[in-house]
Amino acid sequence: MLSVKNLHASVDGKEILKGLTLEVKPGEVHAIMGPNGSGKSTLAAVLAGNEDFEVTEGSVTFLGKDLLEMNPDERSHAGVFLAFQYPVEIPGVSNINFLKAAINERREAHGQDPISAKEFLQMVKERSKLVELDNKLTGRSVNEGFSGGEKKRNEIFQMAMLEPKLGILDETDSGLDIDALRIVANGVNKLRAADRSFVVVTHYQRLLDYIIPDFVHVLFDGRIVKTGGKELALKLEEQGYDWIKQENVPA
Amino acid sequence: MASNEDILLKEVTGAEYKYGFTTNIKSDKAPLGLSEDIIRFISAKKNEPEWLLEYRLESYKIWLKMDEPEWAHVKYPKPDFQDIYYYSAPQPKKKLDSLDEVDPELLEMYKKLGISIDEQKRLTGVAVDIVMDSVSVATTFKKKLGELGIIFCSFSEAVQEHPELVRKYLGTVVPKGDNFYAALNSAVFTDGSFAYIPKGVRCPMELSTYFRINEAQTGQFERTLVVADQGSYVSYLEGCTAPSRDENQLHAAVVELIALDDAEIKYSTVQNWYPGNAEGVGGVFNFVTKRGLCQTNSKISWTQVETGSAVTWKYPSCILKGDNSIGEFYSVAVTNNYQQADTGTKMIHIGKNTKSTIISKGISAGQSQNSYRGLVKINKSAKNARNFSQCDSLLMSDRCGAHTFPYIEVGNSTAKVEHEATTSKIGEDQIFYCLQRGISEEKAISLIVNGYCKDVLNKLPMEFAVEAQKLLAISLEGSVG
Repeated sequence: MLSVKNLHASVDGKEILKGLTLEVKPGEVHAIMGPNGSGKSTLAAVLAGNEDFEVTEGSVTFLGKDLLEMNPDERSHAGVFLAFQYPVEIPGVSNINFLKAAINERREAHGQDPISAKEFLQMVKERSKLVELDNKLTGRSVNEGFSGGEKKRNEIFQMAMLEPKLGILDETDSGLDIDALRIVANGVNKLRAADRSFVVVTHYQRLLDYIIPDFVHVLFDGRIVKTGGKELALKLEEQGYDWIKQENVPA
Repeated sequence: MASNEDILLKEVTGAEYKYGFTTNIKSDKAPLGLSEDIIRFISAKKNEPEWLLEYRLESYKIWLKMDEPEWAHVKYPKPDFQDIYYYSAPQPKKKLDSLDEVDPELLEMYKKLGISIDEQKRLTGVAVDIVMDSVSVATTFKKKLGELGIIFCSFSEAVQEHPELVRKYLGTVVPKGDNFYAALNSAVFTDGSFAYIPKGVRCPMELSTYFRINEAQTGQFERTLVVADQGSYVSYLEGCTAPSRDENQLHAAVVELIALDDAEIKYSTVQNWYPGNAEGVGGVFNFVTKRGLCQTNSKISWTQVETGSAVTWKYPSCILKGDNSIGEFYSVAVTNNYQQADTGTKMIHIGKNTKSTIISKGISAGQSQNSYRGLVKINKSAKNARNFSQCDSLLMSDRCGAHTFPYIEVGNSTAKVEHEATTSKIGEDQIFYCLQRGISEEKAISLIVNGYCKDVLNKLPMEFAVEAQKLLAISLEGSVG
């Protein structure tokens, strides 16, 4: 599904990703962990097509297509979804209108007719339940005046509405209390499917208690330096990242 | 890699004026230039009574002694007032009773604009009084309005049919010598609209006028007078588009609103005159005087969406003369490329317990300059007056300018005056968020801008709001892909 090879990316001339390689197959959940500044969020941003980051080397193939050649909105239409670490507020634009615009642009890109009001509202009703999102929030302006937890739930709700092939969660657990974390994780779990993959970027292990990953990767200094199963996350929780750093001191 | 901002900028500056076409209709012109003779020509052409000719000539004499105002935050070549045609009328084939008799070419033009009158009549129940250049060519729904005693017609027609009403109210809110352009208008106005709502009548439909400048080098001097008699209500819509021209066109309209005791007037404008091309060549100079007078317990509400014109100079105002009267001003002003807008309002509180609300949303793109200029004046007599003002500016590029000039004069210590102002830049993060959800950049800008203007757009009548949203999108749309 997603094949990242030797990816180098920089921001303002400073190289952050230094040869990252990652292979994600359909239905898999990959956790990306690592200390602050290792490049986790940069990876998420580059995959989504944020132009603040410049790809200097390497390739990314998504469902057989060159992802790096596509604009951010084309990537979205192809099935890439990024749950933002800091969801953006858009005053005066209701969540509902925003999602309807998003769904209809995607449908148009795929040569489909706009969604009917009835079908759309039905979908909103069903999918907002996945993350226990209050109906009132769907009518409010996008993320405006939402609490931290509501914003993150809204991200997962949007993901549920847009039905991506690849969901990238950028530190979705940050700033969540334990109840909100459980709700968000449950929402993601319900969206797991044989043809849908996830890349879960997180600093802490606790999210992985709820979203059980197939693989855990440790990102350090712009590269994946260790890959394992869920137990690797537990080891990191116990021992911190120091041993990784020591193992990877430049010779 | 180009930054998001540069792309945005290009996009915003790349949108061509969609309504830039002209139609071919024979015109009946006055000779070039301005003099007493020209004014006599206009007045004779329109078969006006002697008092109106006198009114024009007095205004002309006042105007001759006035200087063009310099205080606005706009720069433009001063018009040569001797190089303008002051009268031009499309040639009517015959007297018109219904739409079927309207020049098919005209109707075709309106179809191009997407404002087919037929459709409007059928779908929205809006009575449309079209002003093409200077003469009204079609008036609809007149009969239905007539049954309620409502008068809605062209200004010239009102002069012929209801001279007593015109004479009673003309110039009572905007006097002849009010300002340079108002004086000019008072001397040479050719046509416009007139509405009178009798006592206690609630006008059952939105009264609507579409303006259009068509003849090259024809200055257009509209005169509009709306009188809402005691306890009546009317919602009046004014919208306009103009074809593409290289020469600057002068538009100096005067609008007077009179709300008698317990009456309410809602006046909504969508202004889309030709703004000039992307290099700042051409475009309409829009120097408008709009003012309303509120008697006891009455209310006047101005809502405007300003996207056009090369230079805009416009301050729809309310004189809150009567006790408990209310004035409102809701405005969205978009400037792009080299457009300049200096717009705002004046709220003059005279009566007791008078209230005013000002919501102004400026959007500047390209290298344009967008200014809010407002005066809130609480007279000594205005006990317990209240004002709330909110002036927001949204910047689309780092080469445009947004300016706010709020003036507050309080002469009574019981007054409560609040002023809030914000300036923000359209967020690259907002656009990226939309893109990530699959929403194209063009649509994203439209969504964000419409969201920003929501408080004002909500004040427009439904069908007008939809049109205004489209207009905002067109004004800021680019050539993506």
